[in-house]
Amino acid sequence: MRRSARLFTLLLLTLLLTYGCGNPASSAPASAAAPPAAAAAVSPGVNPAPDTSGDWVRPGRDYASTRFSPLDQITPQNVKQLSVKTTFSTGVLHGHEAAPIVVNDTMYIVTPWPNLVYALDLSKDGAPVKWKYEPKPLAAAQGVACCDVVNRGVVYAGGAIFLNTLDNRTIALDAASGKEKWATKLGDLSKGETITMAPLVVKDKVLVGNSGGEMGVRGWLTALDANTGRVAWRAYSTGPDKDVLIGPRFKPFYASDRGGDLGIHTWPADAWRNGGGTVWGWISYDPQLNLVYYGTSNPGPWNHEQRPGDNKWTAGVFARDADTGEAVWFYQMSPHDLWDYDGVNEQVLADIPIGGQTRKVMMRADRDGYVYVIDRTSGEVISADPFVAVTSTKGVDPKTGRPIEDKSLEPALGRVVRNVCPASPGGKDWQPTAYSTRTGLLYIPANNLCMDFEGVEANYIAGTPFVGANVRMYAGPGGNRGEFIAWDPVARRKAWSIKESFPVWSGVAATGSDVVFYGTMDGWFKAVNGSSGEELWKSKVGSGIVGQPVTYRGPDGKQYVAVLAGVGGWSGAIVAGGLDPRDGTAALGFVNAMPDLPQATTSGGMLYIFGLP
Amino acid sequence: MRRGHFFALFVSFVVVSLRVLGTSGPGTIARDPLRVCADPNNLPFTNSRLEGFENKIAALLARDLGTRVEYTWFAQRRGFLRNTLTARACDVVIGLPADTDAAWTTKPYYRSTYVFVTRRSRKLRIRSFDDPQLRDLRIGVELVGDDSANTPPAHALSRRGIVSNMVGFSVYGDYRSNSPPSAIIAAVARGDVDVAAAWGPMAGYFAAQQPVVLDIVPVQPQLDGRFLPQTFSISMATRRRDTARHERLEQFIDRRRNEIDRILAGYHVPRVDLPLEARR
Repeated sequence: MRRSARLFTLLLLTLLLTYGCGNPASSAPASAAAPPAAAAAVSPGVNPAPDTSGDWVRPGRDYASTRFSPLDQITPQNVKQLSVKTTFSTGVLHGHEAAPIVVNDTMYIVTPWPNLVYALDLSKDGAPVKWKYEPKPLAAAQGVACCDVVNRGVVYAGGAIFLNTLDNRTIALDAASGKEKWATKLGDLSKGETITMAPLVVKDKVLVGNSGGEMGVRGWLTALDANTGRVAWRAYSTGPDKDVLIGPRFKPFYASDRGGDLGIHTWPADAWRNGGGTVWGWISYDPQLNLVYYGTSNPGPWNHEQRPGDNKWTAGVFARDADTGEAVWFYQMSPHDLWDYDGVNEQVLADIPIGGQTRKVMMRADRDGYVYVIDRTSGEVISADPFVAVTSTKGVDPKTGRPIEDKSLEPALGRVVRNVCPASPGGKDWQPTAYSTRTGLLYIPANNLCMDFEGVEANYIAGTPFVGANVRMYAGPGGNRGEFIAWDPVARRKAWSIKESFPVWSGVAATGSDVVFYGTMDGWFKAVNGSSGEELWKSKVGSGIVGQPVTYRGPDGKQYVAVLAGVGGWSGAIVAGGLDPRDGTAALGFVNAMPDLPQATTSGGMLYIFGLP
Repeated sequence: MRRGHFFALFVSFVVVSLRVLGTSGPGTIARDPLRVCADPNNLPFTNSRLEGFENKIAALLARDLGTRVEYTWFAQRRGFLRNTLTARACDVVIGLPADTDAAWTTKPYYRSTYVFVTRRSRKLRIRSFDDPQLRDLRIGVELVGDDSANTPPAHALSRRGIVSNMVGFSVYGDYRSNSPPSAIIAAVARGDVDVAAAWGPMAGYFAAQQPVVLDIVPVQPQLDGRFLPQTFSISMATRRRDTARHERLEQFIDRRRNEIDRILAGYHVPRVDLPLEARR
């Protein structure tokens, strides 16, 4: 199976190169984007490998996190005929950020807290519920999660569905029956830890990271044995090298990441113990290099004067051995982060032509507003270009890899700082990009937000008064709060973009016919031409979309597109949390930018499946 | 005697009438339970065993209104007001800083301060953030986390460049224990830190429980720079426009001031709003 997958990949690479129609994705997982015809051509014949090209088994679809499906029945010409085939209410009102995954003619969805899992039978009319699983997470978890009680998806591997709950459990379910195989508690609510990310299964390991950087949590990535749930290793994001799994193999590209126990020495005494660096975003995997890649969240506490130093290993990206967890390299996008620029966004793996040669890269559209193209073998930054308005930094120094900061904007209590762009949610938050090997474009669901820090306000938590800056976010240049951007990572510029009134807080799915799908917070599900950006089709759904669209081949052989609607998350907290629009500083200042969202949409989780006639 | 008897009857008639009127007018809280929003595990303020000073004040308030307390429990963290008072799950919060935006606060009923906590035997006598001893001692401070915010002593110390010897204690504490925020005070008693800069009501209560004598001294300056207060007035709160209830609370604060003060004194709450001679 693995060998034939590699063969498909070789053939696919050859085909793509021959036709010169794009930049082939390199890392080829078992579920690689191999067209069925190609698969048949190279199959050994006796036991033909199952055609998985119609599935979408994990939120990122493949290990390279391209969110690209080779399916091509839905075309720019016929996409206008898409209509709703099935709907399903999840019965939950908070932000639905998960991808509905599809395997073996079954769709699996997970809701925000209380983290219900539904298996829907796609082979039957109306996709009835096959089973439902209720993990019953502690109610207290809701009070601990910073930014709505979201969950970013389940993953399928080896006959099991893997789920993370808000109260820090990873659970394996039998995919056919929904029966629990094992459950392992990984974190502690009373310390402020939660889990919101989607796990990734690599070989026999389930990789899971924690959330709660806002609560003084110490971040980690943990690998569990997929068969037993036993913890195989845990790599912390702060502290001594032995906790961070830094050993002889660690060879960071830049000098500032070299030295012993930097996870201690780049902090004031003991501050690393509550230093953040949580791992609540996305993980990618390169099977050839056998490396997993993931980012770490911002450092804590927010008041940067209390943590002089680079605050390793926060707001950066790690490459680790997939089996042992050993760190291989690290690159820090935001040393000593000032602005809550978590580094947790997805890394899209591809091999693209740069300077006359094919480079193995990862592409990261980061919170700090730059698209980084990084050599994924070494951690060298090949290019870093702003994809939104950026005032907080003036570029990335190619020699040191460090951002060039605008010191005049440095925040201090009692000082008014205006026009910091991007605002804390970044040029892009967790909402993942897609990359098409056909068009060679990275599709970025982006925010266009800036912010002011002003004054101080007394507040109260756990019986203790404190003061903080008032943060107010507002639309950046142009007045639109969001933008859907097609980025050319080779030419290092926008190919085209679409302005959106609200931040684009949904994921993206790209297809083999160059149709690209995304959703908006006011509830439009859209299809655009991946080459030109022309809007091809849109459909209004019941609630704003902050989820991740997928496309799959149904049991009838037809291509479908699915997405969860259900506004919420940090950006949608004004609706999902019923916040008062008069308090602009609520949701860490996000409410100020979203006063009209309650008029544009209401909450409510609902699955939509669209298909052709 | 007959006159006296008649008079007594008349009085009880008036009382009954008032109660009946009360149920139909804006003052329905006289008969309905007093619905209080509170943290189930946050001594010395509140807990579900009703051991906190805000529990005692709520009980006094309920007696004053001729009713009983009904609690809605919710950890006092981000989303506390949103999920309790604002969501109409309950009607009154017993303690919030005056002029908090997210609710309608009453006139304050006490004013406390951040304090330095030291072991008396150490004779450190620290009174000010400008004390040069603070450059070398291990200083415990409460950390709020990453919510664009921190406690005023943490800001006051860091703006003086006193950073590397600061030791953070989560303001949430260990929520599994019976007294989550007490670790910072216990650390002073044990000698893990030399001094703590902590919120007065919490510090006063836990200091009194330690096996060694701890000194509690208000921090100076009380307004650090032009904008950083170290003292805070504490009020009760209702939802906005809940006028009748708000008025009742303010009347209660005026009428039962002495009893409230006695409760606070019983929990060793450091005060900066009482005349000097009344301070402990």
